[in-house]
Amino acid sequence: MLPVSYFIGLAAVLFAIGTLGVLIRRNAIIIFMSVELMLNAGNLAFVSFARAFGLLDGQIFVFFIMAMAAAEVAVGLALIVDIFHTKQSIDIDQMNSMKG
Amino acid sequence: MNFSDLTTILPLITLVGWAIILILVDLFIPAQRKGIMAMLSAIGIMISLVIAICQFGGQTTAFSGMVVFDGFSVFLQILFLISGLAAIALAYDYIKRQGIERSEYYILLMFSLSGMTLMAMADDLIIIFLALELLSIPLYVLAGFANPRLDSEEAALKYFLLGSFSDAFVVFGTALVFGAARTTTIPGIIAAITVGAANLILLMVGAALILIGLGFKVSIVPFHMWTPDVYQGAPSSVTAFMAVGAKTAGFAALLRVFMAAFNTLAVDLVPVLWALAALTMILGNITAIVQGNIKRLLAYSSIAHTGYISMVLVTINQSRITQHAVGAALFYLVAYAVTSFGAWAVVITLEHSEGKGLNVEDYAGLGRKYPALAAAMTVFMLSFTGVPPTLGFLGKFYIFRAVLEGGYVGLAIIGVLTSLVSAYYYLRVVVVMYMREGEPLVRKEFWLSSTIFMTAIATVIVSIFSTPLFTWASKGIMFIPK
Amino acid sequence: MTLNYALFFILAAIAIASALGMLLSKNAVYSALFLILNFNVVAIFYVLLNAPFIALTQITVYAGAIMVLFLFVIMLLGAEQTGRISSARWVKPAAYSLGIILISEILYIIFAQTGVIPDAASIAAEFGSPVTVGKALFSRYLLPFEATSVLLIASMIGAIVLTKRKS
Repeated sequence: MLPVSYFIGLAAVLFAIGTLGVLIRRNAIIIFMSVELMLNAGNLAFVSFARAFGLLDGQIFVFFIMAMAAAEVAVGLALIVDIFHTKQSIDIDQMNSMKG
Repeated sequence: MNFSDLTTILPLITLVGWAIILILVDLFIPAQRKGIMAMLSAIGIMISLVIAICQFGGQTTAFSGMVVFDGFSVFLQILFLISGLAAIALAYDYIKRQGIERSEYYILLMFSLSGMTLMAMADDLIIIFLALELLSIPLYVLAGFANPRLDSEEAALKYFLLGSFSDAFVVFGTALVFGAARTTTIPGIIAAITVGAANLILLMVGAALILIGLGFKVSIVPFHMWTPDVYQGAPSSVTAFMAVGAKTAGFAALLRVFMAAFNTLAVDLVPVLWALAALTMILGNITAIVQGNIKRLLAYSSIAHTGYISMVLVTINQSRITQHAVGAALFYLVAYAVTSFGAWAVVITLEHSEGKGLNVEDYAGLGRKYPALAAAMTVFMLSFTGVPPTLGFLGKFYIFRAVLEGGYVGLAIIGVLTSLVSAYYYLRVVVVMYMREGEPLVRKEFWLSSTIFMTAIATVIVSIFSTPLFTWASKGIMFIPK
Repeated sequence: MTLNYALFFILAAIAIASALGMLLSKNAVYSALFLILNFNVVAIFYVLLNAPFIALTQITVYAGAIMVLFLFVIMLLGAEQTGRISSARWVKPAAYSLGIILISEILYIIFAQTGVIPDAASIAAEFGSPVTVGKALFSRYLLPFEATSVLLIASMIGAIVLTKRKS
């Protein structure tokens, strides 16, 4: 079958796109989605290695990462909704009520 | 799984079980008397603490090598649990007068604490990752606990976005380490490296990504941008807990992973770690000078302290001094925890509603009106600077000694010079307290005052009898099952 | 053999294109839909990599529950228009240089890694099936499993605390 590096390379590209998204987008929801993309890239790498080595452990990790992503989404979206209620904006550049 | 697995993690089970029971108990406590919850959670943490102390001694692994029980883990567990008690003492009156008293505060604090306790024992990258999440997610919520106050919400969102960003780095790094070593347990990684089965390039990239992820958590420069805003915006009692607990947990993971598993990568890692430590010390201390807000000042100061602690990481490949290095880091974490809780307790004492009373100028006149409080704050500032006879001095002493033993004279010099810089802004607080006239508004609250009293005493007294503590910390050297 | 390669490259192209679509869309709803497409393509990869259970979890939990929640919040807030992409002048160059570093890292990995995924015959037929995953979860991985459950409780309480406003 295919070399593992193809899958890892794809995962790394997705990870890089996610990182770029976090850095250049200013909308909190889009940033959060980019983080999800990065986690997804990590999962793809785990599953590829699991298949390459014939070790189930990699798949188990993906299960945990998904559960943790769900937990994070619950809290993260609650925070976003919360701040939108107060501020009517989720642009993180406008979050400058604190100055140093 | 068998019975001994359960007894090994008994402090953790107690903590989680107690928190879940408290969720139910909360239903029967009337809304005006939520202070009871603080007492109840403190009792739970104390039980857990007693168990952790009783467990002292012995080394074992549990849950098929997922967690390890050794001197390092017990030392950190005790530190975390005492920090938890201090965090409750700081919060008890503060959240009441800020009008944000809800029993979930204490429950979330206990969940976060259980994540930290798990981190102390973690011996597998997947456990490290889950512990990191378990301690962070309640902290995101606690940072936003003062909603709908805008700065608290902003702090929470920033902390959350940067936190989950860094978690993604840890995930991808762990995946690459798994690909390199075919396992994620730390002994397994060490074994794979030793027999030469590991793919070193993948391992290197994985280690770098994990370093970035954990670097965000402990706010190593350049991954520190969130720290000042989050520390300033979050309720002060949460900030104190975050500054001590989350940072200590991050270092627990960094020490465990880098000192034990990745030390063979030292050739590539040490220059990077050297530069990061130097940069963190320099930037943290210099930026702190211009801060007028005491919470921001302490935030930059906490970045600077991260720099001092991360200095020990440059000695990762010198196994003969690992004991001193880990001991020094743990000792410094204790010194930092005691001093920080004291300083934050003073900050909380002077803070009024709506973020008033948080400027350094608001401390004017404290020396004349409240000499005891000013004296305590002076002790904390001196300890942060590293002036004898305080814990902070000894912490720096042990760190510099370990770094010099490792042969990194340049880094130690940077450390000493930046400490001198830090004297400027720490002593400015002291000068304002004693030399300026003012009418500081102070609240007398029992738990806050006793925290200030005890931490001030500990900062001085423990420093006189520091040798046993350091010996104990050095015994905390990680146990690596063969 | 060629079929495998063709399938991989087509799917990889869709995955990358949808990720870029997520990144560059001006409308948050499009971004979310692109991300769902990406998650589904990755789920197909999971099936190809003998991870049927994970693939189904990916579709039900990620593409289903999580992304629906995202869409729901976007619609609720009326925050479809996401506005400008970047702010400070230094952000973009910094971001792109970081991107270049990451891409070079990828090339590094690709050249460093020479292993080939073994043929399906070499692994057990039930590899990745719900039964084997479940057995592993409740034996070797019991502690992380329980830790995850605590994590979910904590986040549940957290979400309630954040959204319950005092009247």
